[in-house]
Amino acid sequence: MTASAVPSRIHLPPSFVNYQIDTAYDEMFASPGVPREHYRALHQTLLKLPPEELRRSQQAADLAFLHEGITFTVYGSKEGTERIFPNDLLPRIITAREWARIEKGLTQRLTALNLFLRDIYHEGRILSDKIVPRDLLYSCKHFRREMRGLNVPRDIYVSVCGTDLVRLPDGTFAVLEDNLRVPSGVSYMVANRKVLKRVFPTLFRDYGVWPIDHYPRELLSTLRTLAPDNCAYRQDPTTVLLTPGVSNSAYFEHTFLAQQMGIELVEGRDLLTHDNVVYMRTTAGLRRVDVIYRRVDDDFLDPLCFRPDSTLGVPGLFNAYRAGNVTLANAIGTGVADDKAVYAYVPEMIRYYLNEDAILPNVPTFLMSDDMHRQHVLSDLQNMVVKAVGESGGYGMLIGPQSTAQQREEFRVRVLADPRNYIAQPTLALSCAPCLIDGSVESRHIDLRPYILMGEKVTLVPGGLTRVALRKGSLVVNSSQGGGSKDTWVLREGAIGEDILEEMSKELTSLHSDVAQRFSMPDRTA
Amino acid sequence: MRPPRNFYTQTFKRDAGMLSRVANSLYWMGRYLERAEHTSRLVNVELQLWLDQSPELGAGRWRFLLEALRAPAVEGAVDPTQLLNALVFSRANGSSIVSCVAAARENLRHVREQCSTRMWEQLNRLYLDVIDRRPGEEWILQSHDFFLSVLEGAYLFHGITDATMSHGEGWQFIQLGRYVERADTLTTLLETHFQRVTNHLEGPVEAAEYLEWVGLLGGCVALEAYCKAHTAEIRPLRVAEFLLLNPEFPHSIRFAVDRVNAALHLIGDLTQRSGKLPTRIAGRLRAQLSFSQIEEIMAEGIHAYLQNVRKECAEIHSAIHDIYFDYSVEAELAS
Repeated sequence: MTASAVPSRIHLPPSFVNYQIDTAYDEMFASPGVPREHYRALHQTLLKLPPEELRRSQQAADLAFLHEGITFTVYGSKEGTERIFPNDLLPRIITAREWARIEKGLTQRLTALNLFLRDIYHEGRILSDKIVPRDLLYSCKHFRREMRGLNVPRDIYVSVCGTDLVRLPDGTFAVLEDNLRVPSGVSYMVANRKVLKRVFPTLFRDYGVWPIDHYPRELLSTLRTLAPDNCAYRQDPTTVLLTPGVSNSAYFEHTFLAQQMGIELVEGRDLLTHDNVVYMRTTAGLRRVDVIYRRVDDDFLDPLCFRPDSTLGVPGLFNAYRAGNVTLANAIGTGVADDKAVYAYVPEMIRYYLNEDAILPNVPTFLMSDDMHRQHVLSDLQNMVVKAVGESGGYGMLIGPQSTAQQREEFRVRVLADPRNYIAQPTLALSCAPCLIDGSVESRHIDLRPYILMGEKVTLVPGGLTRVALRKGSLVVNSSQGGGSKDTWVLREGAIGEDILEEMSKELTSLHSDVAQRFSMPDRTA
Repeated sequence: MRPPRNFYTQTFKRDAGMLSRVANSLYWMGRYLERAEHTSRLVNVELQLWLDQSPELGAGRWRFLLEALRAPAVEGAVDPTQLLNALVFSRANGSSIVSCVAAARENLRHVREQCSTRMWEQLNRLYLDVIDRRPGEEWILQSHDFFLSVLEGAYLFHGITDATMSHGEGWQFIQLGRYVERADTLTTLLETHFQRVTNHLEGPVEAAEYLEWVGLLGGCVALEAYCKAHTAEIRPLRVAEFLLLNPEFPHSIRFAVDRVNAALHLIGDLTQRSGKLPTRIAGRLRAQLSFSQIEEIMAEGIHAYLQNVRKECAEIHSAIHDIYFDYSVEAELAS
């Protein structure tokens, strides 16, 4: 893939000597040395800044993350399990036009997915109409029979969604996977922004970037609109965040969100049920809980209903849920719709429920349960990415081009043993963006995870988590597999390229008050 | 609308009460940090006095120190290095300084979202600092700096806590833990002291016992404050009065009990549980300390008096536990 790279040393200043452009879509450069319109100001800044300055800025940012304890936990390593999530300083920039399309596409997709979940846990029309095969659905690891016929508030199953988008070589955004269970990473989105504003304040201001700091507030109001019908104070339901506890990989995020939303961060042992009502144990006695933003997987929620060995859950929670006395967000059983085999049918779902074409396309996906597909994939394994359907976080996958013959053989055996459990996709050249690697600017593969909220309405905070495969040439962006992240800037309409000055002066007043407000607020990110 | 409760909760906060688990963690964090502070102070003072004394006398003092800290007694000859290791570093001893700092940090780590970032940073720094040290002969020679850094680390933490955390229920639980622990450890210290030094409580202190009394005051950072109140003439009766009944000095038992009482009252108001057991016991103990005269206490026997204080402290602790942290759900649902 790097064979066609032509680093032109003549045109490139010191910071860019190692920058390679290959067949993947490059976010910054339209052609070698020629930046795209919306990256020009960043490019100029990078040209002006000496490499030492860049390195110093990166160190300052790393230190800020360390001190604030913005960490995640890596499973399966003994010591040092708490690690800083590597942050790359250079922002990823998305134009207003690109964002408008993403926003529309994701809204459409999440609407259809919610209709799908409502349907399969009730009448199952899409199954009777043979759009989605019945046996495929019922063999999903995350399908919950217990949810059949159960009504959830506003018929919303997925209220918090993080969808992974990739950019194909022709520049179009496509959906790589939906995360409909307990998507994480949103705290890094906010933390990245906070650090970046400190490092590039003028550049940030001049660009006209949409703010994202209000995500926790939007999340809270989304959760509130999902209060159970019989809740006594529907305008102000008691909302809590349920965490598995300190040893969970996303614990930092749980504390961050609870603090920012001003709600209690509870563990399973803080909650109890009585007469199908959920209470939390407080120093003033028991307090009824109405909405639970749960960051605990289905399996561990209620030992009486799901895994009996779970100590993270609340005995009796499911019955309280079924009785409609408490809302769980997301609902139980949403994992069926982000099963990687069901994913392949999402465009069909959109057509079926909304009578529209999918705005954001899927990535071509081969189902290993299909004989033709399987034969094709197994004969071409070195060019495929094979994934286990129920896994996430970069676990349980094979990346053909970077695999050994032995690994491929291993996967071939696994696929043949349990075809339903695997899908394959052609290896995608994820788009590349400039990253700061040891003081010089190099290109690395990235993806984008925007966060979509669905309550009374669909809300997208303009931005998301841009994940970076920090290892050279790597295509895996997961934090558990050596990935990092960078700030994502969504530009305001006409902020760059058109009449910037006029636009700037108009916004200056509001920006000033914005800035003033930000600095007068206490430091609450960590 | 919700039924009006009392003014405070109506005006500032919608719901009364915090999570019991969180309150419990903050309480224990306060207790552990206070214990680490107390142990540092006592061991440091002992080490300083040790330099002034003959080896035979020294051995006796070490035993006294163990007793005052309620650490397990040592059979036979005392090896100071080993003993220090047990009091400062040993993870097997749950009350060693390192164990206490680690336990305080662990408690705070579980409720990080409840404290300010600066608080967490400071306690984490203190923890990283103490686990970095290694025991040994060399260490003993520089131990003074170590104890000072633990004390200063704890002071800084409490200062940051006061300055950056809302003085609401959570803050009150930290104070509660801190002062319950202080009342308890001070009482034990005085008990062991008065068991050893029983003669001549009336007049000025004799030369042989002078160091014992200076050590006691030093262990309570009270030497300067005592001298200000009673000059440098050390009179056992006045020392006892100062450490037991002084209302203004932070390391007196009365001061600690006053604080426990104040914290329990505020927590009681915030949780609508003001009439409950912990407040009653603390109020009783406070009244006792406020109205006692040292002469009366001595006449009736200081041992019995201190024993009673310690018993009351233990009762306050278990009452807090039963009312706020681990109450019976059945009784709660019935009420």
